[in-house]
Amino acid sequence: MTVLVLMEDGDPSRQTLTLARAWDGELHAVGVDAVEPFAPDALAAMLQRAADDLGAAAVLAAGTDRGNDVMARLAARTGLPLAANCIAAQPADPVRVTRQRWGGSLLETATLHGSRPLLTVAPYSFRITEGPEPIAVDAKKYIDMLDPRDRVVRVSEHIDPPGGGVSLAEAKVVVSGGRGVGSREGFAIIEELAGLLGARVGCSRVVTSAGWRPHTDQVGQTGTKISPELYIACGISGATQHMAGCKGAKKILAINADPEAPIMSLADYSVVGDLKEVVPAISAEIRKHR
Amino acid sequence: MKILVCVKRVPFTGGKMVLAPDRTALETRHLGFTISPHEECGVEEAVDAMALGIDRAIHLKTDGSEWDGEATAAAIVGAIRADEEASGPFDLIFAGNESADAGGYQVGLRVAYALGRPCATGLKGVKVEGSSVRCEQDTGTGRDVYVLPLPAVVTVKEGLNLPRYPSVPGRMRAARKPMTTLNRPERAEQNLRLVELSVPGGPGRQTKLLGSGASAAPAVVETLKEIGVV
Repeated sequence: MTVLVLMEDGDPSRQTLTLARAWDGELHAVGVDAVEPFAPDALAAMLQRAADDLGAAAVLAAGTDRGNDVMARLAARTGLPLAANCIAAQPADPVRVTRQRWGGSLLETATLHGSRPLLTVAPYSFRITEGPEPIAVDAKKYIDMLDPRDRVVRVSEHIDPPGGGVSLAEAKVVVSGGRGVGSREGFAIIEELAGLLGARVGCSRVVTSAGWRPHTDQVGQTGTKISPELYIACGISGATQHMAGCKGAKKILAINADPEAPIMSLADYSVVGDLKEVVPAISAEIRKHR
Repeated sequence: MKILVCVKRVPFTGGKMVLAPDRTALETRHLGFTISPHEECGVEEAVDAMALGIDRAIHLKTDGSEWDGEATAAAIVGAIRADEEASGPFDLIFAGNESADAGGYQVGLRVAYALGRPCATGLKGVKVEGSSVRCEQDTGTGRDVYVLPLPAVVTVKEGLNLPRYPSVPGRMRAARKPMTTLNRPERAEQNLRLVELSVPGGPGRQTKLLGSGASAAPAVVETLKEIGVV
């Protein structure tokens, strides 16, 4: 039995191998960089041909932007079902998977019916394990077989990010404000505390929808998923879509006027009170200790 | 220029996921409904491109049961083909990168493949330039650009724009636009079959109350020191 994996640089692909080894077969891999510049239809065509040649029992990829994109194309061109963002799979007939819905706030058990199950693996749901490394597929052979139509969709240009500072996703400390901040100007005290902690400022979806902060600051299911050492959530109720973005934080401190807000029981530490009083008091206290 | 935006109605969940008794759907009796956030941005982008608003709508009304990505795409493709037959082709089709609820990450691409049109996904920039569309995709280390010939399909993400909240006159105008309802479109075979939903448990976090109001500040800073961020 063989399993084919689409490999990218980084941990999510290494974690995907952990699940792929559940098939207890020989692993083969196509690198996401096999086609340069990135051309997702071409990669899907290569995966299709390689899986056919290998008689692969399943095709897996990490549930990253690239992984989900290429695997959905493979699903579309083969008419096979795709289960995205799996956190478990049992190789049987039919394959039974557990997958994330609502950004991980809900789990779905499902069965996949088709000749070859296609799965993407939710990032950071598996440990990286030691085991047989995948055998690289002879990419050149499949590149020579590509149809020009499979290269119509390709990256033609890369724009570097506007410089400056650590990204929200990589920040060690994030201080976020929600509806309770009240206005664009209200973020001054959040920025002040973030400055003292060397933290990045984040926010909830309510805040970006109101236009108080740019979407690049949004933490949540449809914003950025973060995993800092500390997350300070000020005036954020803790809706599931927000928690989907910050559950990777090692510690969460919630500051909220409403002791019944969901976040007050989802955090490690809580302070009940008006953030407009609590946040400046914390900043003042930090200054005293300098 | 003719544009189609595909949107999905999803429950407006709050702080807690509550399952219906049969555990195959959310309990929605006490919830409102909305459209997936990514798709809200698709609507805004299309309205902005057309500078006049939505002309008409097609409502694919199901029995409310779970549809997998394949069946959903097939129903949408059926509606698109019928519409294009009657009123000419769409130049650009928007879909969300993934729905807020099921998160299958595939409907837009399946629609594109069935129609034989190029598709770029997860876009935060979409600009029609003559007979092509320039697409920008966030990669975490900047943006990748794709230029697709029209007609094309694009899947978009929140952050593409800031959707406006519909005004009261806008809602009244919208209510007068023609809407075709396709009741219970045929559901293709389900190859990803939902067995059961569950709310992830796990140990969770033990919450420690550090105090109330400004007087909690010393305890907070002590904790920040323990964590090692002060």
